[in-house]
Amino acid sequence: MDVVMLSRLQFAAATMFHFLFVPLTLGLSVLVAYMETRYVRTGDETYLRMTKFWGKLFLINFALGVVTGITLEFQFGTNWSRYSAYVGDVFGSLLAIEASVAFFLESTFIGIWIFGWKKLSKKAHATVMWLVAGAGNISAIWILLANGWMQHPVGFTIRNGRAELTDFLAVITNKFGILEILHMIPSAFLLAAFFMMGISAWHLLKKQHIEFFTRSFNIGLVVGLVASIVVAITGDMHAVHVTQTQPAKLAAMESHWETQTQAPIVMFAIPDEKNERNAIEIGRLPGALSLLGHHDINAAVIGLKDIPKDERPPVLPTFISFRTMVALGTLFPLLTIVGLFLKNRLLESRWYLWIMLFAIPLPYLAIEMGWVLAEVGRQPWIVYGPLKTANAASPVTASQVMTSLVGFILVYGLLGIAGFYLIADFARKGPKPAAADANSANG
Amino acid sequence: MELQTVWFFIWGLLWAVFFMTDGFDLGIGTLYPFLGKSERDKHMMIHAMGPLWDGNEVWLLTAGGVTFAAFPLVYAVMFSSLYSALMLILFALILRGVSFEFRNKVDNPAWKKVWDTCIFVGSFLPALLFGVAFANIFKGIPIDQDGIYLGNLFTLLNPYGLLGGVLFLCLFLVHGALWLTVRADGHLAQRAEYLAGKLWPVLTGVAVVFLVASYIFTPLYNNYLANPVLFLVPAISVAAIVGIKYFLMQKAFFKAWLSSAATIVSCTFFGVIGLFPNLFPSSIDTAYSLSAFNASSSPLTLKIMLIVVLLFVPVVLAYQIWAYQLFSVKVTDDDLAHEEMY
Ligand code: HDD
Ligand code: HEM
Ligand code: HEM
Repeated sequence: MDVVMLSRLQFAAATMFHFLFVPLTLGLSVLVAYMETRYVRTGDETYLRMTKFWGKLFLINFALGVVTGITLEFQFGTNWSRYSAYVGDVFGSLLAIEASVAFFLESTFIGIWIFGWKKLSKKAHATVMWLVAGAGNISAIWILLANGWMQHPVGFTIRNGRAELTDFLAVITNKFGILEILHMIPSAFLLAAFFMMGISAWHLLKKQHIEFFTRSFNIGLVVGLVASIVVAITGDMHAVHVTQTQPAKLAAMESHWETQTQAPIVMFAIPDEKNERNAIEIGRLPGALSLLGHHDINAAVIGLKDIPKDERPPVLPTFISFRTMVALGTLFPLLTIVGLFLKNRLLESRWYLWIMLFAIPLPYLAIEMGWVLAEVGRQPWIVYGPLKTANAASPVTASQVMTSLVGFILVYGLLGIAGFYLIADFARKGPKPAAADANSANG
Repeated sequence: MELQTVWFFIWGLLWAVFFMTDGFDLGIGTLYPFLGKSERDKHMMIHAMGPLWDGNEVWLLTAGGVTFAAFPLVYAVMFSSLYSALMLILFALILRGVSFEFRNKVDNPAWKKVWDTCIFVGSFLPALLFGVAFANIFKGIPIDQDGIYLGNLFTLLNPYGLLGGVLFLCLFLVHGALWLTVRADGHLAQRAEYLAGKLWPVLTGVAVVFLVASYIFTPLYNNYLANPVLFLVPAISVAAIVGIKYFLMQKAFFKAWLSSAATIVSCTFFGVIGLFPNLFPSSIDTAYSLSAFNASSSPLTLKIMLIVVLLFVPVVLAYQIWAYQLFSVKVTDDDLAHEEMY
């Protein structure tokens, strides 16, 4: 394999691994801050125990998010140096702002939160958690604007053989990036809510810490319901924008070959890239794609055949990831709505609790699929329009990248196992008895 | 001053602050197997850096991010040239970071041993390799006109590079030992004090050798000879090194630590000033060197980033100083009893 392919594999492995931890950090940090605030306001010890229990799971997850992010910050230079030289003028500043505005805040205050239980007043301590939670989400905004710019570059001109910034405001109000933010952040809350509901369901099935986990479950339910609806709505807005800005991605998402008006959506298909058609097609909804993409049943939707072969993304992964995400995106609101009806008899609704326990991995899958769609669907461009991925890699040797890739797989594999083992272990053990926590909080 | 010059010094400052802050926890991590005799000692050492290491490490991310934003060409060439060394550093930092969080979560000696090893390796390697990398930059890197690196990992391990590594290691070890004298108690604090005293002459010796070697192997002194006022900076380094010893003898440990912080900052600036205006000099032909003037971003980006940095870095400094104040006191047994922390 050549350097470009290896670097792509490495980048995909590193970001996708990073993103196993990021969404829980984003969502759970806010929920933990909320619990701590409830504790400060009401003095109710259960909220303190909830803060500590969910806070501990949050911290294990957070540590993995931090360390896996560090490599990403440098990978643009190590593996994509031609890309970096080409776009640094625009893209680099977003990354630098992310670090100086958000990472500092998050990383400094998380240390204070962990070690400051006895040093700060209760109110100050809760405020610190809000700062951590806010900073995490601010960092997400900046990195998504950076990604949004790669997807749909704006506010720049090509000068001196590279992209130079001409309009910073355009870059930070880029609609593509804003839609990513509106879609991605709620999906992180959705994931955190399902995480909380799933673990609570397990304890409720065992009929232990009932008050504690009923309360936790209900918080997850409300957040999960709202988030799953918002995610579906912004996802649709996203699809419309993709139709306008990245016709090739849309066509691949739908495995749509012929340009036509009243373009259909196919429920199930097997794309046959070589012969430029679908091998199997079941369930055509005529006009649906035109309606979805242009909100007009008669609008023409560009098909893959009208896109030069060397500008088409890989169809199969784009197509499958989109289907998976949307199927799950339909399932999540349904699950939470059912939960709303069962709210007052959760303990008896054991089948529902079982479903919610096994639903924990589903938002993870949906989020990873979302990124596969966004990033694979962007190929062969690294910056959609001006720069191809093939021209973006570093002048390093394949053996160097191979070595680091193997390193990533080994180290991340082991860390992932250790991390998820710890999370599962602490989740299973449940909260500490009431007295122990009460002791450690006063002061 | 031109924007590029301003940015050159901001770039240097960010690296200096990174070495100054993360330096002590890299130092403590390297001392960890040697000073951490008992379980309590180990807890104490982890606790001494626990609240601060993550915030410290962000200075590295900012130094990297600012290089990307202000000098994209340097970011591209520097990190791809130093590919293998940087990957080693990053893997080491990953292992170190999770170790703090993981180590005390499972009560099993084998589990703890694994993370103990990671803390040591994850601190020792970066301390050494940052020194190696910077010494090589002082000396010049074999890059051609297209910014393509004509060496490998072992090219960097030349005598002068290794000397730089040893210098950084000594600086960080002293820095870490001094932080322990501030935060630890009992015999751990005593041993740290003893060690800092023992390491001080080693550090001084290595620093002198490095200064002489720099004269032989690098063009760093050219700027100084052209403008002798600049010799003030190495003079500050000398004063700061002496200050470490003085305050150590007075048992004013926090002041000794501040002196060692000043030593690290002024040593970094000794190199940075010598480099100016180059950020990544070529050892093949000076015409291929990447400088603040031929590798910078557009004036618009430099201006926007300057506003961001001037707005936010002071705020960051303010809350980090607050955090340091909160956690520059002795760790108590009560603190250690709260296992849920780390
Ligand atoms: C939607 C949000 C999002 C996205 C798309 C990414 N990250 Fe991330 N990242 C976070 C959201 C986040 C976070 C939630 O804010 C983390 C997790 C833990 C933390 O400290 O912040 C984080 C951590 C984190 C860190 C460690 C910060 C620290 O030490 O505190 C770095 C250097 C990066 N990320 C860099 C990146 C890069 C270069 C990405 C591009 C591929 C990336 N992240 C994708
Ligand atoms: C963190 C969540 C993300 C995930 C899971 C993710 C996933 C992926 C995947 C799967 C690829 C490989 C695509 C392919 O080679 O076919 C990729 C490539 C890439 N992504 Fe992302 N991505 C994420 C976020 C980002 C962000 C926020 C940025 C920029 C700020 C980014 C920049 C890139 C770059 C530079 C590449 C390599 C070049 C390429 O193959 O296009 N990614 N990513
Ligand atoms: C309900 C229907 C949904 C629709 C119509 C939808 C639509 C989309 C579209 C069109 C994109 C591509 C954007 C791009 O190319 O950059 C996308 C990306 C993404 N989706 Fe969805 N989505 C849905 C549900 C979900 C769910 C349930 C999740 C996770 C819980 C999710 C997570 C993501 C993520 C992480 C991305 C990549 C980041 C981004 O571009 O925003 N989506 N989605």
